Amino acid sequence: MASLELTGIQKAFGATQVLHGIDLAVAEGEMIVIVGASGCGKSTLLRIVAGLETPSQGSVRIAGREVTGLEPADRDIAMVFQNYALYPHMSVFQNMAYGLKIRGTPKAEITRRVGEAAELLGIAALLERRPRQLSGGQRQRVAMGRAIVRQPKLFLFDEPLSNLDAKLRVQMRAEIRRLQRRLGVTSLFVTHDQTEAMTLGDRLVVMHAGHAAQVATPMEIWARPADTYVAGFIGSPAMNFLEGVLVEGGRAVLLRAGPVLHFADGPRAGPDGQRLIIGIRPEHMRRDPEAGLGLALDLVEPLGSETVLHGRLPGGEALTAKLHGAVPAAGGALRLAIPAAELHVFDAASGRRLDAGP
Amino acid sequence: MRKKVIFKGVALPLLLLAPQLAITCVFFLWPAGAAIWQSVLQQDAWGLRTEFVGLRNFEEVLVDPAWREAAWNTLVFSAAVATSAMAVALFLAVQADKSIRGANLYKTLLIWPYAVAPAVAAVLWLFLFHPSIGLIGRALNQAGILWDYKLNGGQAMLLVIIASAWKQVSYNFIFFLAGLQSIPRSVLEAAAIDGARPTRRFWTVVFPLLSPTTFFLLVVNLVYAFFDTFGVIHALTGGGPGKATETLIYKVYVEGVQNTNLGSSAAQSVILMVLVIAMTVVQFRFIERRVHY
Ligand SMILES: Nc1ncnc2c1ncn2[C@@H]1O[C@H](COP(=O)(O)OP(=O)(O)OP(=O)(O)O)[C@@H](O)[C@H]1O
Ligand SMILES: [Mg+2]
Repeated sequence: MASLELTGIQKAFGATQVLHGIDLAVAEGEMIVIVGASGCGKSTLLRIVAGLETPSQGSVRIAGREVTGLEPADRDIAMVFQNYALYPHMSVFQNMAYGLKIRGTPKAEITRRVGEAAELLGIAALLERRPRQLSGGQRQRVAMGRAIVRQPKLFLFDEPLSNLDAKLRVQMRAEIRRLQRRLGVTSLFVTHDQTEAMTLGDRLVVMHAGHAAQVATPMEIWARPADTYVAGFIGSPAMNFLEGVLVEGGRAVLLRAGPVLHFADGPRAGPDGQRLIIGIRPEHMRRDPEAGLGLALDLVEPLGSETVLHGRLPGGEALTAKLHGAVPAAGGALRLAIPAAELHVFDAASGRRLDAGP
Repeated sequence: MRKKVIFKGVALPLLLLAPQLAITCVFFLWPAGAAIWQSVLQQDAWGLRTEFVGLRNFEEVLVDPAWREAAWNTLVFSAAVATSAMAVALFLAVQADKSIRGANLYKTLLIWPYAVAPAVAAVLWLFLFHPSIGLIGRALNQAGILWDYKLNGGQAMLLVIIASAWKQVSYNFIFFLAGLQSIPRSVLEAAAIDGARPTRRFWTVVFPLLSPTTFFLLVVNLVYAFFDTFGVIHALTGGGPGKATETLIYKVYVEGVQNTNLGSSAAQSVILMVLVIAMTVVQFRFIERRVHY
């Protein structure tokens, strides 16, 4: 039984359709990260799960129970907000105890549970303070504490780390992951940061304009992106896209930039002459002084152990490469090879991934 | 960074302030000074002889049973006006804060009573509650409830309370609405997720977060009920029947203008002046502290 099940979730605000039918099944204890560009509907989806918005269509089931029409209070969930949303007039203790008090938990038990959660999060010394007397990171922990004391069926996180500085963000990221594993609570985590998504999620939902473009493990998404959007969104620097057409009965591609590349994993179904987009990650580019493609360099970014090169191919297409070690940028040109084994093949018309035929 | 303009000398600043200073002097300081001066004098009935009597006017006022009754009336009246005007305004503001159809029209209409002059407001309520020509007044009498605020002191008090509170609801409404809108939506959502139903949410989150607004309005409303309701009372009941709706401010008028007892009237207005200064101090103290939780 799935711990959370979304079926055909659609949402329109007036005439604007924000979500176009999202399906998702989350297993018990799984951490799902919803990632996508700003405005693609991540928060809206999360708020529908929380019961703060009602879907125009579709259903939400939590732990096998239909909750679509229920109030947030009846869903047994907890949520951590981007701005933490702590109760400003209550102490840290009261903030964390509020939900338990409403559920009529006995006083002794409240004290014990809040104490435990505070210990776990390292905020035991702050229980008497008001939220405005806390730093951003401490507020973040209190918000986490408020979520975990209730021992809900589902955690929802809406970009909880985006207000923290870079260092604290990395630290809290690891902490959230550890905590989530330890408590084993099913979680949905919304972010627009792909590093956060890759490191936190058991599986990712990459959202694009109200659709779930791909739902898969981080490695799967990186290795086999379902379409050009996902391919370009995950990975840094972003994947290169080159135009080409299918040739030799589907066994190779003729790039606009010149060369013919033979697919290493077998032929693609499709008529010769079909327009393709070939994806290649910058880190898969290799130097090849003899047979490589000429790259006219615009910009060289040395990162110490690696160097990122930006330039243009003979056809005028932009290309980025990430190479090991220092690269002598003499002459402003370089010859690079595209390894056939690392190609991602997409249909130019639909943007969908084309896998090798059966 | 705040920009500060610094003037050289005193002539230009004084000139710029002159209109405001002139108004303050002519309409506030001078009458106030006159009242204080008058309050330590006593005139004979014909206004021929005036003698200095020190604090005797004050002593007489403070032990006068009629004054004490007016003070009690004022207390009842002000408490009732402040609480009812605030409760109704808060209720309306909570409704307006929900995203409802026609919210803007609703808000605009709610602000109108504030623009109505006290005497006009009184006439309006008179047309509703007059025992023989008033809409509600007639209905009450027909329903067998003896309604005549010209004979029944309790009913007269109720009427001036309603009319005065009605005028103040608009003002309170605006402040409560602004207060409600400054509460972050996510805090309320967090409470909803924590399991609090709307009523619980209101009393444990919304109302405490509104407390600065509530306190501010409490002082403003008390000051209003104390000092700004003369017009409503004058037009509706004239302090009667008997002295049932005579408040302190109304008594100042009765004493000075009708009974021409200037010394006593002045002493009473000085007492009121001290009261309003005290309230203002309390409020300023409070506003300075600004953050309260
Ligand atoms: N209450 C609303 N009324 C109308 N449109 C809304 C409402 N809430 C969200 N939207 C629209 O829905 C779209 C998705 O919003 P949403 O907040 O889900 O984006 P998001 O993916 O969370 O973005 P971000 O990363 O910036 O938080 C946006 O175009 C937004 O303008
Ligand atoms: Mg969002």
